[in-house]
Parts: sequence; C-alpha cells; structure tokens
Amino acid sequence: MVATTSRSDTRVLRFDLGERVLHWANAALMLTLLLTGAALYVPQLSEIVKRRHLVEQVHVWAGVLLPVPLLLTVLSGPWGRAFRADARRLNRWNADDRLWLRTRGRDRRARVGKFNAGQKLNAAFVAGAIPVMLATGLIMHFPRHFPLAWRTGATFVHDWVFIALAVVVAGHIVFAVNDPLALRAMFRGWVPESWARRHAPRWLEEDAPTTDG
Amino acid sequence: MAVEQGTPVGRRIVLGMLGLGAGGVLLGRRVQGWLQNVTTPIAAHDPTGLSQLIPVAGGFRLYTVTDSFPSTNSATWRLKVTGMVDHPLSLSLEDLKAMPATQLVKDFQCVTGWRVQGVHWTGVLLSDILHRAGVKPGASALAFHSFDGADTESLTLDQARRPDVIVAYEMLGAPVTREHGGPVRLYVAPMYGYKSLKWLDGIEVTNQVIPGYWEQNGYDVDAWIGRSNGRDDKPV
Repeated sequence: MVATTSRSDTRVLRFDLGERVLHWANAALMLTLLLTGAALYVPQLSEIVKRRHLVEQVHVWAGVLLPVPLLLTVLSGPWGRAFRADARRLNRWNADDRLWLRTRGRDRRARVGKFNAGQKLNAAFVAGAIPVMLATGLIMHFPRHFPLAWRTGATFVHDWVFIALAVVVAGHIVFAVNDPLALRAMFRGWVPESWARRHAPRWLEEDAPTTDG
Repeated sequence: MAVEQGTPVGRRIVLGMLGLGAGGVLLGRRVQGWLQNVTTPIAAHDPTGLSQLIPVAGGFRLYTVTDSFPSTNSATWRLKVTGMVDHPLSLSLEDLKAMPATQLVKDFQCVTGWRVQGVHWTGVLLSDILHRAGVKPGASALAFHSFDGADTESLTLDQARRPDVIVAYEMLGAPVTREHGGPVRLYVAPMYGYKSLKWLDGIEVTNQVIPGYWEQNGYDVDAWIGRSNGRDDKPV
C-alpha cells in the first residue's frame, strides 16, 4: 500500500493491524512476565512488592498466555498473512545481513531488506526463548512430575534466559525510542518512504510494493 | 511475492536455543555447581553487590511459603516449647540470649542448588532448650511451627540433639532479619535449607515424625546434604 502524503513523502505500510495487535499483546505479556519475574527473583524487590502469591499467579498466567496471540495470528488465515510473510523474512539471512552484522550497520553497501540483522537476531532469540521459558516454567510449576535434577536444571535455565531476555528487551526498547519513525510504525502501521529508503532499501525496491499492495 | 531468500538462520537459532534449553535442564545441576565455584569468590569481593543478581553467585535467595515476609514484634515474640515435655516453656528473645550461646561458621546449602559459604550463625543449641524443657520418655521427634502460619518442619530427637543444630537469633553477623526468618529461626547445618525453618515460634515434642511443609511437597524428610533428594553436594 503506497499512499501519498501532503509532504511528498509517501507512506509505506510496514505492519498491518494484525501484526500491530500481536506486537502489543506480546509486549504487554512479556513486560508483565519480566516485572513479576523480577519481583519474585530479586530479593530487594521481593521485599518491596510483597503479595508474593498474587505476583506468582500473575506470572504463571501471563506465561501460559504468552504464546497464545502468536499462535492465533499464525493460524488465522488473512489476519495472519502479513505476519507469516514477515516471519519468513526474519528467518532468512543473506550476504547483506552478514555484512550488516559484521559492520554493525555502518557499511552502507549492505542493502537491508525489511528487517536488519539485529532485528532478525532479536526475533529469533525471543522466538526461541518463549518455548524454553514456558517449558522450564512448567517444570518448576509442577515439581512433583519431574526429577529433582531437572527442576534444578530448569531453575538454572529459567534464571539465565530471564537475564538475557531482560537485556534484549531493554535493548529493543532503547533502539525503538531512538528511532521514532520506526517506533511509530508499530502504532500507525506505516513509515515514510524516505525512512524505508534509508533503513530498508531492498525491501522498498523489491518487496514492499508487491507484498503489501 | 518477492519474500526474501537466503539461509534459514532464524530457524537454526530457535532450534539451537531449544537444544541448549533442554541440555541446560538435564545438565544444569552440574554446570551450576561449576559456575558457583567460579562466581562465589568474585561475589565475596564485590562491594557493589551487583553480582548478587547473577544466578548462583553465592547469595541467599529468599523463599516464603506465604504471601509476604511475615513480621512480628520481637518484644512480645515467644518461643513455645510444648508436647511431651516436663516443663512447657515460653521463651522470650532475652531468655534465649541469656542461655549459653553457640557460634557456627557454616555453609547454607539449598536443595535447589545454591550455596552460601561461611555464614556466621549465633544461637542456642536445640539440645539445651530440650534439656531445659525435659523430654518425656517415649518422645522421639520434634515438630516446628512458623508464625507465618503455614510452614512446618520436623526432626527426630537424635537429629535435634546434634551440636550443629541451633535456634539462631544472629545470622550474617547481625540479628536475623525479617526476610531471613527473624527474629529467630532454626539452623540445621547438616541438612538442606528447607529444614532451617524461618520465623520459628513453636517446638512441639512428639512421639512420631510429622512431615513438614516441604516434605509434604515431595522433599525428603531426612534431608542430609549430599545424601538425600538425589543430590551429591559436599556435606556441611
């Protein structure tokens, strides 16, 4: 979809409504999990927050619900079409992505598609972390059904992936805040064509008009 | 549709994380033990305290089986010793401090894997308290109660009379804080941490072992470190 604006910078659709709803549902659940997790895990916070049982219940339910928006979007026909296409884009890496990653995006010869290599890493990490956190969380929540060694191992994995997720999500938010046009695309759906030319040239030229038309 | 072509790196990362996650569940106990040996000395010399946020870096983790960390007025707090005794006791904090003090410097080992090395403990030998109350013939065990209203624990009389089992009012060189189970908690050095009941306010002498809260939830009643719960930690 390419619509003309009054400032001669056309709008390019980056995220359709289904993707935006999915993103913010995920964001709300993920932040809930990180905050309640921190309240359960960091002694100084536990002392402040109290209501430990309630915090635990919220954490467990948010964890169980986390994959639901994702699965619903993937499985729903037209509503999830744009997301499924973006998931494919995030999955695939080419020489431009490797160059971008090696030079941290400074080499402008890297012709980035809809997502740069950093965004692809972020997506893959979060996609891998969700099932790992869900599985280890379930082992800890139903301890009687698992050997103690597994429970210890699950606690170990859950702890470390929690720290990694906190860092990755914080980084994601920092990058988004530093690029207001990209951030606003997650609210209003579109980016100006000039942004796309600078940050996602190959997407703009080869991919965007035909897929999102 | 000109969706991008290329190597499915994203899928490989996801599958790799699933593999690492499964490996971590199966082998995490060993990796954790190794990490702990590496990080504990670092944490011991860290003035910022930030290393406490690193998993297994030698700090305590706080557990409570109720909604929050319960609190009590230590001036009105009493340790009640009841059941099969000649003289039921109601001891104040001052009563305990007036009894012969025992100091221990020993590790605290949790059944979930973390261990805090060289913790300073001060308190009264449980055997001294039992002696003062006078255990009646036929008694064989103790049931401990916490004023959080939910946690309970148990020991046999033989276990309770060991010289490394104390009713502690100091821990880490200061009065036991509320989150660590103050004003008074149990410290059963040779057993996993769940035996060291926090927020202690009742000891009942019984003629049989009544499994405590964690034991009803699947942990071993005789919780010897390194010889129970399927673990092989170094004994304390």
